[in-house]
Amino acid sequence: MNGPFDFTLALGDDALVAAQRLGEWATRAPEMEEDIALANIALDQLGAARLLLSYAGELEGAGRDEDALAYLRDDREFRNCLLVELPNGDFAVTMVKLLLLAAYQVPLYTALAGCSDERLAAIGAKARKESAYHLDHSALWVKRLGDGTDESHRRAQAALDQIWPYHHELFTADPAAPVDPATLRADFDAAVHPVLAEATLTRPETGWTPGGGRAGVHTEHLSFLLAEMQVLHRAHPGARW
Amino acid sequence: MTDPRAAVAAVVDPEIRVITIDELGILRAVDRDRETGRVVVTITPTYTGCPAMDVIRDDIRRALAVAGYPDAEVRTVFSPAWSTDWISEGGRAKLAAAGIAPPGPRGDGTAVPLTLAVRCPRCGSPETAQVSRFGSTACKALWRCRSCSEPFDHLKAL
Repeated sequence: MNGPFDFTLALGDDALVAAQRLGEWATRAPEMEEDIALANIALDQLGAARLLLSYAGELEGAGRDEDALAYLRDDREFRNCLLVELPNGDFAVTMVKLLLLAAYQVPLYTALAGCSDERLAAIGAKARKESAYHLDHSALWVKRLGDGTDESHRRAQAALDQIWPYHHELFTADPAAPVDPATLRADFDAAVHPVLAEATLTRPETGWTPGGGRAGVHTEHLSFLLAEMQVLHRAHPGARW
Repeated sequence: MTDPRAAVAAVVDPEIRVITIDELGILRAVDRDRETGRVVVTITPTYTGCPAMDVIRDDIRRALAVAGYPDAEVRTVFSPAWSTDWISEGGRAKLAAAGIAPPGPRGDGTAVPLTLAVRCPRCGSPETAQVSRFGSTACKALWRCRSCSEPFDHLKAL
């Protein structure tokens, strides 16, 4: 990443892809309340995505609006982190993904709220309050699953082992960005480590650290996600309800 | 012609139809453009993804058209971010009367506020429990009363 456009686009793509993934749970969640919760969190992410992508379009100055950026780019043009594009897996995988994402977005949006760019500051101030709920919700579930039955513990630990390597990408240093992601690491650790401890989950050692999302190099999962998300708009450009 | 401010202030929230957008605190300003004389309405969403915003914009334009201002403009701002502290006292009373427990005071905005006691809007009992942090709209949570057993919505502090 380099300028404000790339930075804003990356954050917008994080939120957009996270929203699309969370939306896949609608009508499939393990209980009615959770179905509503996941759909609400998806809606929050979509709301942040719309603000960020609209602003990114303005920064670019090439006439692309939020829809053009969301629906008319191919996978290599997306700048989201790999974490959000990974499949939902079971409920434990979804909750671990949400915990790591929210623990990154809360300090990120909080820092944005104090940055010198007025538009980003307004978006940050708005979105951080919503992300605090996401963090609280996912932390609660990770504790319940980790410190629950043998089976829920086994699945939660497996989910953490699977997803953990992907969170490193979130904190890749970028001193030129409006908020350097490397500065968010301490807040992330302070939020996540106690949750894992209380959940009786073992924090994986740092080993493999996949990345590339910010440069447009993604897992194959993103292509499938975009195919589903974009098919209507591509088949019927400008379609409206 | 009716006062444009009064016309806009009477628009009800499309998802919580007992309360107006003014009482909810999302109506930020009603101004007149100095050059064109057009009515300019400024609103802010409760949540970034609030799906009611399009309907609210349409309802505002319709109310102003009826009041004699057919060319009004509706602007959406995000700063300062909406807070449940902006819900008026009258609005809180209307929420409670409709079975929606009004929000308590919020925290500093960086953490989820602690809810000390949410009173059941039906029987007034403080013996209540949260069923889910998320409810039928983005701004509500699901609660249940342990005294009268009724489920109810709670507008969560933000």
